Amino acid sequence: MTSTGAVVKKPGSTRNTKTGSWRTFKPIIDMDKCIDCENCYLFCPEGCINKEYEIDYDYCKGCGICATECPVKAVKMERE
Amino acid sequence: MKITEKEFLAPGHRACAGCGEPIGVRLALKVLGENTIAVSPTGCLEVITSPYPETAWEIPWIHVAFENAGAVASGVEAALKSLGRKSNVVVFAGDGGTADIGFQSLSGAMERNHDIIYICIDNEAYMNTGVQRSGATPYGASTMTSPAGKKSFGEDKPKKNLPMIMVAHNVPYVATASISYPEDFMKKVKKASETEGSSYIHLHQPCTTGWGFDPSKTIELGRLAVETGAWILYEVENGDFKVTYRPAQRKPLIEYLKAQKRFKHLKEAEVAMLQDYVDRTCSEYGV
Repeated sequence: MTSTGAVVKKPGSTRNTKTGSWRTFKPIIDMDKCIDCENCYLFCPEGCINKEYEIDYDYCKGCGICATECPVKAVKMERE
Repeated sequence: MKITEKEFLAPGHRACAGCGEPIGVRLALKVLGENTIAVSPTGCLEVITSPYPETAWEIPWIHVAFENAGAVASGVEAALKSLGRKSNVVVFAGDGGTADIGFQSLSGAMERNHDIIYICIDNEAYMNTGVQRSGATPYGASTMTSPAGKKSFGEDKPKKNLPMIMVAHNVPYVATASISYPEDFMKKVKKASETEGSSYIHLHQPCTTGWGFDPSKTIELGRLAVETGAWILYEVENGDFKVTYRPAQRKPLIEYLKAQKRFKHLKEAEVAMLQDYVDRTCSEYGV
């Protein structure tokens, strides 16, 4: 296929860049307190919290939205 | 609402920590699914998701000039139609690419009623180039080109009412949404995808860098905007207007203003004026 613009053929290739290195504070989820509300999963800008509430620290930038939005305060931000 | 667990916007994109934009895109794509083609004009989203030679998109995505997202999406839709294929065509544009620079091509696309979904992700200024005012910047906000100081007050014009301009185009579906109300937003995206013809969703998105607040407060700020009446969630389906969320008790506007650096310079009289403006808008919309 000819193209006049730049083409990136590999989808999702930003995964090569581990943005986790930007982080100062690290979210830790206390699964005993978790009530399975999915707030952190829905509101994560990186999409790096899955439905089992495992955080992919390779990409987590440590913004802290998950900790603020957790209704039962099950997410704690700890300094790296 | 049932949504797929699959992510169509990969992590590793270069958005600021606490950026609301990828939240909106993630949620919208979870509703639209794999069979989707996305178009983006220049803006924050384009810059953060496509640092060449990488891309964060897991679906076909095309970046075009600032002014022609509406035209390119129309073309994609027309091409699909002539090939006899069916696919969601969605535009993710910023407020600059929608309210100012991309306005004429958007207006044309809406007028021709192409079967596209246009989602304007509104962070109320040109954030990517360093916070310059746009047509969607609200009254009083301090930006680089409308600074607060001795000789300038901040933005001195009210926010352009884009969703109502789209209603005036008589398109089948227009809605406003906020990233802080994901259920509401996703329902609207679903409705938009089921609509034959053009649909327009104006998504309010707090910007940690441009508005000046802690990255962890992005969702809180979006919620405050709706709770105070500074942003109203509604939809207009085939001309029928309906408010989709009514705060039980509207909070005073000052709570929303004082949480942001861009409104810090406002004096009591100006806050009262803005409160009056919000009150009038709310009673007009029945909130």
